[in-house]
Amino acid sequence: MLRAQSLTVPGRLDGVSVDLPQGRVTAIVGPNGAGKSTLLSALAGLIAGEVALDDRRLADMAPRDRALAIGYLPQGGEVAWNLSVETLVRLGRLPHRTSRGEDDRAVAEALAGVDLASFARRPVGTLSGGERARALLARVLAGDPGWVLADEPLASLDLAQARALLLHFRRLASAGKGVALVLHDLAQAINHADHVVVLDRGRVAASGAPEAALDPAVIARVWGVEARWLGEAGARALVW
Amino acid sequence: MPLRWWFVLVGLVVLALPLSLLAGQVWINPFGSPVRNAVPILVELRAPRAALALVIGGGLGAAGAAMQGYLRNPLADPGLFGIAPLAALGAVLSFTTGVAAQPFALPLFALVGAALAMALLVLIAGRGAGGGIGRGVTLFTLAGMMIASLAGALTSLVISLSPNPFALSEIVTWLMGALENRSWHDVALAAPPTLLGVVLLARTGRSLDALTLGEAAARSLGVDPARLQARMVLGIGLVVGAGVAVAGIVGFVGLIVPHLLRPLTDQRPGSLIVPSALAGALLVLVADSACRLIPLAGGELRLGIALSLIGAPFFLMLLVRLRRDWA
Repeated sequence: MLRAQSLTVPGRLDGVSVDLPQGRVTAIVGPNGAGKSTLLSALAGLIAGEVALDDRRLADMAPRDRALAIGYLPQGGEVAWNLSVETLVRLGRLPHRTSRGEDDRAVAEALAGVDLASFARRPVGTLSGGERARALLARVLAGDPGWVLADEPLASLDLAQARALLLHFRRLASAGKGVALVLHDLAQAINHADHVVVLDRGRVAASGAPEAALDPAVIARVWGVEARWLGEAGARALVW
Repeated sequence: MPLRWWFVLVGLVVLALPLSLLAGQVWINPFGSPVRNAVPILVELRAPRAALALVIGGGLGAAGAAMQGYLRNPLADPGLFGIAPLAALGAVLSFTTGVAAQPFALPLFALVGAALAMALLVLIAGRGAGGGIGRGVTLFTLAGMMIASLAGALTSLVISLSPNPFALSEIVTWLMGALENRSWHDVALAAPPTLLGVVLLARTGRSLDALTLGEAAARSLGVDPARLQARMVLGIGLVVGAGVAVAGIVGFVGLIVPHLLRPLTDQRPGSLIVPSALAGALLVLVADSACRLIPLAGGELRLGIALSLIGAPFFLMLLVRLRRDWA
């Protein structure tokens, strides 16, 4: 369980308390500027605040222990140098200090996990947007953290790539990892998450099961848009 | 870097070192007829000079590689932190105040300048490192550039107020950077801080690798930005301060060497630091030997000028190639 208690970051978050369950996909949604990225950074231990992982305060953990427990995928996916995919994924092993053989195994497993095994030697600069997003996810997976926190991992991906990545996240949650994603697309959140946190101007506007947290009344209140859901649970589309 | 390139680099240094000792206005042929004063020429003149070339080149190469990794920018140079200009200001002050004639006064003034620059950097920008994501490195670079620009202006001021033309000519010559007439004392002064600096920088390798993914991801991988920044300031400060103290301003090494080697490595900043030290040592050794061999009416070609003359066109060539790749 990753738990934030009355998290306050001046100008960004105002007393946010959330409980993220392990083995589930949690979506963090909200309008622009609601504090989604700030909340995710705080949950990753990158911003000072009351966040606890299984009753251990992140602030009390050594940076390396925190790095081993929580994998964080920032927005934008910066890669400063034109590394090969394999070298990029190997960066995820930095906190481990294990043998070369063990690192090789973890890297190969992570690459296979995102269907990029045949891309190991390709320079990152030659990848498509979707391949790059998967390579960056593999970097986090190579570290084998108990938690994966990703900030808008589906941004600018086409339908097939976004679906592929969502399936990877689902697989991680099924394997017992905690997954938290900042998402913009409410349909992705309601259809693919187990738990949804709606933020509005630095506060939690709704939190819980997707159908309840993303009720049209909540959407009207938070986004100011009269909208309704079509279709069945698990295959919803939002119209307004 | 693949093993064969390590062999090539080390082999070239091992090959260049004896050649550099034998080359000069007086050529020493170990198999030919004996040369008068060969031993003092080798031991007192050329050996310390070659050692200093290796030390300074190695330090600047490593500093350049670390700096480019830290700023995530292939155009970064160790001079960006403003440490070299402030060290140079210290040295220039030692000339105008006339204390430069005292033994060790000039390098000490330069080292004080370098230390002052490091202290200023940490004071101005140090807090940014812990503050927030993304701000640390930018604030730090801007602070460094301001220190460099202020030190440059003050150096010009000091030169313009210089009391006598002799000091003036000494300053100008010294600022060009050179290794001629250096002794083992200079080696003893520059080698320990440079070595310590290179070790410190080499140990930042893993953090610099993590920084490839941006500051936020690096922190999530366990990198402590404040500690990394402190190591960078100390490492660059020791290397650049020691270099300026004994050789003046020697540019381009820290910029070009990592560029040349990057395609030979897996592009990780951490894998570039030690090879850049080796290649930097080789470059300065060869350039300094070439300076001795090119006849000039007024004496020797200055090392700083030679490196800029080699470096600038070379860098332009790189840029043209880069542009072709982008097209």
